[in-house]
Order: sequence, then C-alpha cells, then structure tokens
Amino acid sequence: MREKLEKIKSESIIEIDNVESAQQLEEIRVKYLGKKGQLTQLLRGMGQLSPQERPIIGQFANEIRDLITEKIEQTAYCLKRKDLEKRLRSEFIDVTMPGRKKKLGNKHPLTKVLNEIEDIFIGMGFSIVEGPEIEKAYYNFDALNHSKYHPARDMQDTFYITEELLLRTQTSPNQVRTMERQKPPIRVIVPGRVYRADEIDATHSPMFHQIEGLVVDKGITMANLKGTLDVFAKKLYGEQTQTKFRPHHFPFTEPSAEMDCTCSACGGEGCRICKNTGWIEILGAGMVHPNVLANCGIDPEVYSGFAFGMGLDRIAMLKYDITDLRLMFENDKRFLEQF
Amino acid sequence: MLVPIKWLKDYVDMDIDIKEFVDAMTMSGSKVESVEEMGQNINKIVVGKILEIVTHPNADSLLVTKVDVGEEVLQIITGATNIRVNDFVPVALHGSTLPNGTKIKRGKLRGLESNGMLCSPDELGLDAESLPEGVDMVDGIYILPHEYPLGQDIKEVLGFDDKIVEFEITNNRPDCLSILGIAREAAATFGLKMKYPSIEVSGKEGYISDYISVSVQDTDLCPRFAVRIIKNVEVKDSPAWMQDRLLKAGIRPINNIVDITNYVMLETGQPMHAYDLNMLEGKKIIVRRAKENEKIVTLDEAERTLDNETLVIADANKAIGIAGIMGGYNSEIKDDTKTIALESAVFNSINVRLSSKKLGLRTEASSRFEKGLDVETVQFAIDRACHLVELLQAGEVVEGMIDIYPVRKEKRVMELRPDRVNQLLGTDIPVSRIKQVLESLEFEVTGDEILKVIVPTFRDDVTIEADLIEEIARIYGYENIPGKLMDTTFTQGGRNTKQKIREMVRANLAAQGLYETYTYSFVSPSVFNQINYKANNPLRKAIKIINPLGEDQSIMRTTIIPNMLEVISRNYNRKISEAMFYELSKVYLAEELPLKDLAYERDTLIIGIYGDVDFYDLKGIIENVMAELNISSYRVLPSNHETFHPGRTAELLINNKRIGYLGEIHPDVLDNYDIPTRVYIAELDFEEIAIQSNLDIKYKPLPKYPSIERDIAVVVAEEITAAQVEEIIRNKGGKLVSDVKLFDIYRGSQIEEGYKSMAYSIVYRSDEKTLSEDDITKVHNKILNSLANQVGAILRS
Repeated sequence: MREKLEKIKSESIIEIDNVESAQQLEEIRVKYLGKKGQLTQLLRGMGQLSPQERPIIGQFANEIRDLITEKIEQTAYCLKRKDLEKRLRSEFIDVTMPGRKKKLGNKHPLTKVLNEIEDIFIGMGFSIVEGPEIEKAYYNFDALNHSKYHPARDMQDTFYITEELLLRTQTSPNQVRTMERQKPPIRVIVPGRVYRADEIDATHSPMFHQIEGLVVDKGITMANLKGTLDVFAKKLYGEQTQTKFRPHHFPFTEPSAEMDCTCSACGGEGCRICKNTGWIEILGAGMVHPNVLANCGIDPEVYSGFAFGMGLDRIAMLKYDITDLRLMFENDKRFLEQF
Repeated sequence: MLVPIKWLKDYVDMDIDIKEFVDAMTMSGSKVESVEEMGQNINKIVVGKILEIVTHPNADSLLVTKVDVGEEVLQIITGATNIRVNDFVPVALHGSTLPNGTKIKRGKLRGLESNGMLCSPDELGLDAESLPEGVDMVDGIYILPHEYPLGQDIKEVLGFDDKIVEFEITNNRPDCLSILGIAREAAATFGLKMKYPSIEVSGKEGYISDYISVSVQDTDLCPRFAVRIIKNVEVKDSPAWMQDRLLKAGIRPINNIVDITNYVMLETGQPMHAYDLNMLEGKKIIVRRAKENEKIVTLDEAERTLDNETLVIADANKAIGIAGIMGGYNSEIKDDTKTIALESAVFNSINVRLSSKKLGLRTEASSRFEKGLDVETVQFAIDRACHLVELLQAGEVVEGMIDIYPVRKEKRVMELRPDRVNQLLGTDIPVSRIKQVLESLEFEVTGDEILKVIVPTFRDDVTIEADLIEEIARIYGYENIPGKLMDTTFTQGGRNTKQKIREMVRANLAAQGLYETYTYSFVSPSVFNQINYKANNPLRKAIKIINPLGEDQSIMRTTIIPNMLEVISRNYNRKISEAMFYELSKVYLAEELPLKDLAYERDTLIIGIYGDVDFYDLKGIIENVMAELNISSYRVLPSNHETFHPGRTAELLINNKRIGYLGEIHPDVLDNYDIPTRVYIAELDFEEIAIQSNLDIKYKPLPKYPSIERDIAVVVAEEITAAQVEEIIRNKGGKLVSDVKLFDIYRGSQIEEGYKSMAYSIVYRSDEKTLSEDDITKVHNKILNSLANQVGAILRS
C-alpha cells in the first residue's frame, strides 16, 4: 500500500508539472482525485489493512491528497495568469487613432457674451428684467427726455408700427417701466433686441442687441457709477484692465459719459483692433436725468441713480475678433461651432 | 468740426503739445476724431521764381530754366510746358524728399545739369480738394497764386506746417461748431484767456436806410434779423491766408465776399449770406412764410416749390432765399456785383429742420441753424464780417445796421447748491473751485451758500442744476472723480424662474448637439405662402412696419419656421450636409390689427434638423428637454398642419394643452426654400413649457425587489399606433409594469399585408415583494387578452 501511495504521489507531481492547459489539469485531477480516481480507489481499499496500519496509511493518504489538491490549485492559478498575460499582450491598440466624439452643440456667441455680462452684474446684486420690443413712443422717447423734435424720432432712424407704437431703439424704455413698477432700491440690467433703420453691412444691422443697466437709490453718486463699471470692466476683460470716462451727451442722463477700456487684445499697446489707440469704447453711461426720475414718480431730491448701456453685438465682435456683423445672423454652422 | 490749430491759436494763446491737447480736449468733453498733421513728408522744398526759360538744345520736349531760390539761382530742367517767366513755383532742392518718398538729387538730363525739380501739385501730395478749380494736378507745375519770399519753405507757403484737429461735437453743444467755441473750451480746459477777434469797423460812408428797408413778418420763425450794406464792392480772390484756412476747415474758396461769409460762419458759428443789392426788387428785404407753392431757383440752379410753412427771405416781389438753408440764384454774388446786403440772422431751429427735410436740402448753414444758435452772436458776426471787408479791401462799409430784434434774449439765472454738486458726483470739490470752473466757461457766479449762476446766451443747453453739475464735473475732470462701489441697500441679484429654465434648456440642447441661431424678427409677407399656410390661417395676421427698409423686412414674424428654413437652406447650399439648430426667441402676435396697444411677444422654441436624421431624432431631442424640465405628462399625437408632411406631423401636448407642432417639412415647402433633403422642425410655445416645468426634484427610493423581463411580439393592423399598444400594456399592467420598451417593428414575408409585428419588452417589478412566476403570468395574460380584444392583436410565437 505504501509503495502504491508513493507512486501516486510522484507520478501526479510530474504530470501536474508538465501540464499545459487547464483542461489537462482537470483531467489529471479526475485521474487521481475524481470519483474513479486512483487515490480515491486506493482509499477505498483501506479496509483490507490491519487496524494498526490503517491510521498511519490513512494519514499518509490524506497528506498526499492534500498535496495534490494544493498543487493543482497553484498550477491552475499559474495557468490562469499565463493566459491573462497572453491575452493582454495581444490586445494592443493604436492610441493615436481618433476618438469617437459625441457631437456637441453650443450657445450662440451673443448668448455667451450676454450670459457672461449678466453673471457679472448678478454677482453685484442686479436682477434681469425683460420688456416689450414693440414699444410705445412715450416710453422710448418722451419718458427718456427726448425733445419732440429729436432727430432720432425720424422715420429714417426708427421703425414705426403706428404713430404711437414703434420698434424700440434702445432697451432704456424698459428701465422706465421698471422705475414705474418698482420703488428704489433698484438694481437691474435690461438686455434685449433693439431696432434702428440702418442698412445691414459689416458693422450695422437693423436689428441688434443691447444690454443696459440701472441703479436707483438714496445717495448714489457718479463715484459709484465709475466704481461699479470699473469693476465690471475688470471682470469682463481681466484685472489689469483700466477704464477711462469721457464727457458725452445723452438726453436721459446728466452728467453723461462714455467709458473706454484698455484694449484686451494688445493690453493698451496699440493694435489693429483698437486702431492703434490702445483703448476701446465700451459703453455709454451717466447719472439718470432728474426729469426721467420725476416722470416715474421718483423724487430726484431724495433719490439719484446711474444708468449705462452697451451694444452686445459689438462687444461680442471685439471679444471674439469677428470682423463682420452679418455672420451673427447668417448662422452658418461653421461659424456657430467655433464658439 | 475741423479746426486748424494755427487758426485756433489766434483766439487762445496756447503752446501745448498736440497729443496733450487732443487728450485734454477729449477728456473735457470735445472728443477728437482725428488729427491731420500736414506736410509731414515734405522736406527741403522751397519757393522759387523763374527767371529764364529756354528749350533744351539736346531735347525738344525739355525746357532749361533758371530759378531764383533766394540764396542762389539754380538751373533746373523740366518737361512741363505751363511755366512762364516770373512765375513763382515750388522747387524741390537737391537732397529733398517728396511726400511719396522720392528723393530728389542733382544730375544731368541730356547733357545738362539739373539741380532740383519743379513740382506739380500731385508730386507735392496735394489733392484736388485743397486747390482752387482749374489747376492741373499732374502734368503742370503748380504755379503759386501769389508772390512769396524766395527760398521760403513750401510748407509754410502752403500752410502745411499746421495741424487740423477734427472734433466730434454732440448735438447739445452747437456753440462748439465754431473756432471761437472750441477756443472757449480750450481756454477753460487749460486755464487760459480768450482773445476775441476785432470787430472794429471804420466805415462812415452814407447811411443804411438810403439803401434798403427790412421787415420781418413772421418773427416767431425769425427771432433776430440783421443787415449791413457794403458798397463799391470789388469781387476778387481772397488772400492766401484766408483761402488756406477755409480749405483746411473743409470749405472751398470762391471769392472774397463769399469767403468772408464762410470765414465768419466757421469762426463764430453764425452763418451769413450776401445778396447782390441790385437784384433786390424794391430795395426791400421781407422775411416771411412762403406762399403755398411759391417757387424759387436756389444757388445750385435747381427750382424748388415751397409750402406755406417754409420761411423765405424775399424782396418786394419774390423770394430771394430759403431762410437758413440756401440763397437764391438770381441774387447771388457775381464778379461784377457792386453793392451787397449782408445778412446775419437766427431762424427757428425746428422750422429749419422740417423745411430742410421737406426739400431734401441740407447745407453747412442749415445744419447749424437746426441745432439752435445764439441770438446774441448775430451782431458780433455781422460786424466781424464788415471788419474783414475793410481788411481785405473788398468794399466800403456803409454806416449803420438794421437789426430787427423784437424780443431781447434774457440770460438765464439759475441756482446751484454746492453740496448738491458733491452729493451727486461723490466728490469733495470746494466752492471756490466750483466758482472758478464755471467762470472759466463764461458763467457769472455770485453767492456763497447757494450760488446764483448767470448762464451765457450761447449755452441754451444748460437749463437745470444737473446741467451745471455736468459742466463742473467735466472741467474738474471725470478722471478726478474717485471710483467707489455702492454700499447702499443690499439687493438680491439673480435670474427669475423663466430665465433659469431658459438657460437649462440651452445647456440641454447644447449637450444634445444643437447650435443656437439668432434670426431676424422681421420677415417678408411672402413667407406665409412659402410655408404653405392656408389663406385663412390666423397667423397671417402679422404686425406691419410702416417704414421698413425693404419689403422683405416689413412684417413682424408670427412663426419662426421660415427663418429656420432659410438658415437650413443657406447651410445646405454651402455644402454643410448635416446640422441641428435651435432658436429661443420671440414671435409677435396681435389680437387685432392695426395694433392699438402692446403686442403679445411670445417666447418660442424652434428646433430644426437635417442630415442623417429622421422624425424620431427630432422627437428624441424634445423628449430629452421634457425630461430635463421634469415634465412627464406630455404626449405626442398624430396631427396635421399645412407646413408639414401629412403622414409625418405631430402635435406636442402637455397636460392636454397643445404646445406646438413637430414633423417632417412638406416637400412643397422644401422646394420653396431650395432644400433638396428632408428637414424636421418643431416649433413650441416656450412660455407654456416654462409654466409646466417642474424644477422640484424629489428622490425616489431605489427598487428593493428584482424585476423580470418578458418579451412579446404582437401582430396588429398598420393603423394601430405604438401609443395605443403601450397604453393598453401600462393600463392593464398597472403598478406591476415598471417599463415598456418597443424594440422592434417587423413587416415582411411572414406578416400579412396591411399588418405589422411589434415586439415589446415588458419589465415587471413590485415595490412590495419579489414577484412569483404565477404573479407575472397572471398580469401578462391580462395584458395579452386586452391587446387581443381592444386592438385585435395576435400573439406571435
């Protein structure tokens, strides 16, 4: 008996060592440890042994069985690892080939700039108000202190629906509506489409976009106007941006100003975009004219405010270096996808 | 407004670097558009006098000249033929540079020395605009119109050592439309004193009433009218210095009389006119409204018909000028004019503007009257003109002036509170500085606590306290106002719900691959036919613009579909084979036309796609948007609409409200837009979508019990819709059906004609327990029975 066990032990070890596949390994396991396996059968024959021999042989047989089982497991593990490595080596790909991109769309550049500007002002406590594009002449001109004969009212500058209704030429009428609706403190920005009778060319369009703003409260000063708009400019164009305020004239503000920023393309050195001056005119602004406040039922002796306005299309064109305004409204996919 | 600096310096003594000047003027309110530095590129070109001209012995076409340039006499050879002995000409010396960069050197021409070059206007870089008429630009030598010191730098002679600054004048400051006005601004800006020009007139000959009588019948349109007479007039060219200044300011010299009137206009801002007195019938000037249909031939030889609101200057019988706009042809100054009536007047600005528009005639004069002129300048200007007449020896000034000025203009007196100034500006300007600034602008200021300010007559734009504050701020310097953030009441900033939803939808559509478009709000009335609208479609009732730029921009759009089709057509025809677009903007609707009150401007979402896509791609995009906004109770049902393919049209309903249509565009419509490929469009009411959105998200617990999937395939008639089948499955399955997915539709050899096989995957799950086979089978059979009964479905094995 003992020799037979020894034989099984040595033979099985040799066979396991020489195995080449998991299937072979399984065959070996069955051969020795299966239902009809050699070791199994040998163990059945243990009844023929003497009572003194049985425990010794039994123990020995168990040892061998454990040995074979362990060896089989180890070998199985090694085979598996070998297979894996083989597979990994063969699964080689060319990572420089193009990726499979999901087609993304995006917002129109005008929306992008609008959102950027809106966010800057939201961060300063402003909310956004919208208003009608087909407006009453009263709100577009009279309430904004334009004289009855102001040239802007001409048919050659403004689109009319009837004598009293027109397509708004600025978003300021909505500032007036806001002041009528709401008592100070007021901090709003007023974006939207505006219309002027200009033939379309590289820098003009009969329909374009503005964003205006209004602040009304007690103790608002021109220093506030400068401070707020300077912060705006720095947020839009970077901390190193400087601002310059020049006197100007608007019927609805007094004093009035135009604000220039250092050209973001050249940092103020002078380039094509800023026509070599180093500055770009960004917006018009001023302290709200007392007549405008009074017309809305706000007492100019108690309250003061400032207003400002900028052309969104122009700011977008400067920001993205778009040279022709018409591209904004042609909506060629090759243009839109650049933003 | 073009201002030559040398002229400006006559009135304000400044010695300031041009860049500093430009910056300071811009910062005090007179914005500089451009600066022209004349003669920058001209070097060593001087005045010479031709002493002798002979033909070149070796070349018939060349002339050999001897030219005296002061220090020496040079021999110069030229090919020009228009020179004569004693002509004064520009001579480019050896070593000189022409504006175009050419360097002139001495050399030999056909064997003879030439020590320089005689110059044509073109070679000097002059343009026809800056020369009197008739001068040959290219082939002829520029014969100087006067005698000059020999050897003088041509830059000085041509007035080239000067700079011309172009100012942008805002329309509230007509007082700056003059050299004196700019001088005043410069004096205030730099703290200098003004020097007003002389208006001394010595003429004591005769008396004006012997020559003319004047009456103003319509003083409402003419607040002041002044006339002086010049006799023994000698019409000739005005001197070089005056011509030079006029040209630099953008006005062409004509003759001494006309030039004087233009010079005074540029100098003082007051337009003037000169009439040939002999052409005035009855020796009368009457200022009156024209008679209806009265005619006049103006200076430009055009006959014009006037209406009875237009003011004219007339003699005893006829109109001789349109007031403030243009004089008449028959009373124009001619070479043999002997006696002149000079007019200096102010006309009602609104009336001039209206008349100017009616006649389609806009002149230097009318553009100034339109803005409103200072009535007090009238006298200064006419005396100045007379002074110049004497200076130029153009005639003799007759004593006296007829000045019809019924209502004297009073200077406006205002109050100014100094602390209000600092309150509004956020500054700390002392009262003394406030006074100083206002006085530098010729305001008179008295008082200490509350200031009394007298406004000069040329500042009609200053009417309220805030106007004074602006004057102070701009001269004090906007750059000296500190910048201060607001520390007043805290307001809450942010977007409202609809605005938030709009941004969510934009982000969602971008993630799905769509590009946002911006298209025009106004369209052509022909779009309705182009998108196949029936004649009685209510959306044809569009708001009309009464003065559009063109027919194709004459109505406000009631649907964005035409704009989207245009975008797609453009892209397709530029060889862009596929794209997906959307736009979120307005349509303009009116209850009734003509519009009496505001229109209903409805936010609309339009989606348009083409390329390797079909209806279900469009539907999928919309379904994703619905999911983003948590709108679950929506349905897409078959529908019909003229713009769409009859078998491929649907409407979107949310809570049974129709939000809009979606589908494949009708081939006829595609034809109208030149689009040879299928296009899918959805146009939806965004206002309603926003109302139906639900931004409240509440977490739903994850499923506790496992689900079982069962597939079925049923054969139904073609007309049975997926919606119907799915509704039955969900209805009968109730809470146990957690998902129903249509994964295949088969038509073919194994299925009878007119029928289709629809394969569904039904996912069963319960929230309360693990379902047993029995449970599932029971429900499953209920479903199958309902399908059979309600839509005649036959189970496919």
